[in-house]
Amino acid sequence: MVKVVLSENFALLADGCRELQLPVDNYRDVIAELIARWPQLEPLLERSSVAIDGLIYQDAMYEPLQSDSEIFFMPRIEGG
Amino acid sequence: MAEAREFRQIGTSPVRPDGIDKVTGRAQFGADIILPNMIHGKVLRSPHAHAKIKSVDLSGALAIPGVFAAISGADFPGGALEGEASGEGGGSLTDIAKNVIARNKVLYHGHAVAAVAASTPRLAQEALKAIKVEYETLPPVLDVVAAMADASPLVDENNFTNLPEKPENPSNVANIGRLERGNLEEGFAAADIVIEREFKCPMAHQGYIEPHACVANIDETGRGTVWCSTQGHFEFRSATAKMLNKNIADLKFVATEIGGGFGGKTVVYLEPLATMLSEKTGRPVKMTMSREEVFRATGPASGTVARVKVGLKNDGTITAAQSWIAFEAGAFAGAPYMPGAMTIYAPYKLENFLVETFDVLVNKPKVAAYRAPGAPQAMHAFECALDEAAQLLDMDPIDLRLHNAAEEGTQASYGPKYPVIGFRECLEAAKNHPNYSAPIPEGAGRGVAAGFWFNVGMQSSAEVHINDNGTVMVVEGSPDIGGSRASMCLMAAETLGIEYAEVRAQVGDTESTGFCNVTGGSRTTFATGMAVTQACEDVIADCKRRAAMTWGLDEDQVEWEDGQAIPGPGVNADVKPLSLAELAGKAAKTGGPIQGRASLNAQGAGASFSVNFADIRVDRETGKVDVLSYTAIQDAGKAIHPAYVEGQMQGGAAQGLGWALNEEYIFDDAGILQNAGFLDYRIPVASDLPMIDTHIVEVANPRHPFGVRGVGETPIVAPLAVATNAISRSLQQRVCELPLSPPRLLAKIDG
Repeated sequence: MVKVVLSENFALLADGCRELQLPVDNYRDVIAELIARWPQLEPLLERSSVAIDGLIYQDAMYEPLQSDSEIFFMPRIEGG
Repeated sequence: MAEAREFRQIGTSPVRPDGIDKVTGRAQFGADIILPNMIHGKVLRSPHAHAKIKSVDLSGALAIPGVFAAISGADFPGGALEGEASGEGGGSLTDIAKNVIARNKVLYHGHAVAAVAASTPRLAQEALKAIKVEYETLPPVLDVVAAMADASPLVDENNFTNLPEKPENPSNVANIGRLERGNLEEGFAAADIVIEREFKCPMAHQGYIEPHACVANIDETGRGTVWCSTQGHFEFRSATAKMLNKNIADLKFVATEIGGGFGGKTVVYLEPLATMLSEKTGRPVKMTMSREEVFRATGPASGTVARVKVGLKNDGTITAAQSWIAFEAGAFAGAPYMPGAMTIYAPYKLENFLVETFDVLVNKPKVAAYRAPGAPQAMHAFECALDEAAQLLDMDPIDLRLHNAAEEGTQASYGPKYPVIGFRECLEAAKNHPNYSAPIPEGAGRGVAAGFWFNVGMQSSAEVHINDNGTVMVVEGSPDIGGSRASMCLMAAETLGIEYAEVRAQVGDTESTGFCNVTGGSRTTFATGMAVTQACEDVIADCKRRAAMTWGLDEDQVEWEDGQAIPGPGVNADVKPLSLAELAGKAAKTGGPIQGRASLNAQGAGASFSVNFADIRVDRETGKVDVLSYTAIQDAGKAIHPAYVEGQMQGGAAQGLGWALNEEYIFDDAGILQNAGFLDYRIPVASDLPMIDTHIVEVANPRHPFGVRGVGETPIVAPLAVATNAISRSLQQRVCELPLSPPRLLAKIDG
């Protein structure tokens, strides 16, 4: 199961949920599952980057996941 | 995985290819473009920090002979624009458009209200005086903490704090960030000491030497070219097209040589105005800002108020940390409040913490990105609190940080577990540096602080063309601010197995190469370098195919080594190796010109940590500060061009020290900037600083073919706290408000 951790701003839109386990094997399915559960998350997901097993992706889509992968959503960082 | 490798080109420091042009004046910067029939644009700016625009009458200007056009906000398409400007502090394009030219309100002193184009710059300047603007002044909102109060006047009566449920009332707080973990109460209860302080950092400008400048040349069909000083010409094209409701395919943007940006040239100011004026007049229009305009009307970094509380055990273990930071956004939302929240504790293992940050509107210029946006202000507060803790615990400040240092597998305070990082290696390098074991000069204090920045990847493109003599032309779309063309040549030479001198690189315009995001986020050597490397691998694959064809072998029987195709191991072929030059010379017979290309969205940028320390003395009679020595240590992953990496570290230290010691925006009660020039806004000069000693740590980023981590932003993070900590130790009392200028220090010394 893939572990998905939601920060405070996500949790506010996801009935207070801070962590969940999902039976998925790629990132696209994580997004689909989160939007299915909480459609109001979609705009926030759209403008977030994500850390998959510690690696930060500004724009992930089809990344494969391991059964013990950890996912954190983060604000997009662009820097100067 | 980038393993330890021997490199032939990477890690050398050839002289920069653009150096001679820049020191001889041949290089073409934004203001150097001159076209036939060119006219000149100037901007009328608000004399008020906050006012309603009741009317704008351009007729007086238009009646002047030699004035070709005059425009105001009413000439621009209204409504919401999709998208955001790049870089922290960018904000929504809807807001950026209103920052380019005010619509119904002016929101800071210097806000653009109208623009004219005339035959000479002087006439354009004179014509501005003939524009009549009627204002209804409003009380300016200038103090970030007061701005957060319910009773504060509003900068924007349509701004509601961005919360899941829209608040009932508008506010100056645009956004709130919050990160937390563990149990604060238990964490502080477990502490043996608790430090609690309030810190202030002033609004400060990037201070790039070249003011904003552009030339737009739009023809009668609405198509044309814009030359500009930019960190990202593709994104400037997109922003300009959206603001003018134009097709981006009708605009070509050319990035001129750039005299510094540091994040401040990631957003448009003049380009939409010049494009509209050119389109209206049918002539090329040049617009350049004066230094005063740069200060008053382009984005500085946020001023901040930060309240920090940290608890530690006697052995130095941090048990809890709590922070509250208000960031000035200026006139529109977009302060780096989240990067501030995400960086403040990033170097450390923390079980219990909370950080709350706020993006607060005030009637000051809209902030823009400035190297590692948000991190210098946020980390200044925490790094200073840690230094005070080290003093209280009688611990070496590096030992205290080593005791709490994040490492591979640590759950970062901003969420994920760290992959391989080099913070501990930086701390150990600092501890072992001869400057750290040198005695502290009498009367001086030694300040230590850590720095951190995420670094980013994003989109890049590159093409690699092989000339018929085997020399190589790299074309990519990242404006070269810090010497990236040389770095691209080094990576291309290394990949192809040829000499650096055989490779040239150029920055293509928006019609000559594929899309590239801005040069920012410390991403260019990482991401565009990755594109160049992949494009070279594309060339190698093609060359192997051509060699196989020449020799009558299968492609998989050919290898590439030292810049030439050779038969692979075990392949029985009596052939001579074919060099890149030989293959290129016969290209017509093997399929035509040889070129490789790559476009990618680079992921997996490696975080960069730094540790800086300095010996600083304060003259107790005058408050004058002398930086006696400064040492910057940073993890570069792999330094492609070590001299440029050192230059980034030294430049970041100089800018950070400037912010710490003297630089500040000084506003009067009416919100008018009092020091809009380099005489009164004092950036460091050579005589202010010692040689900045550097030490590059190399903990390879496994996600880059050569192990690169970005290096451009982290260097500015630590110096603020280094200076504060050194001066606090020198004075034997804590100072908490920047800049640490002589008057402020004298007041502190005098009690």
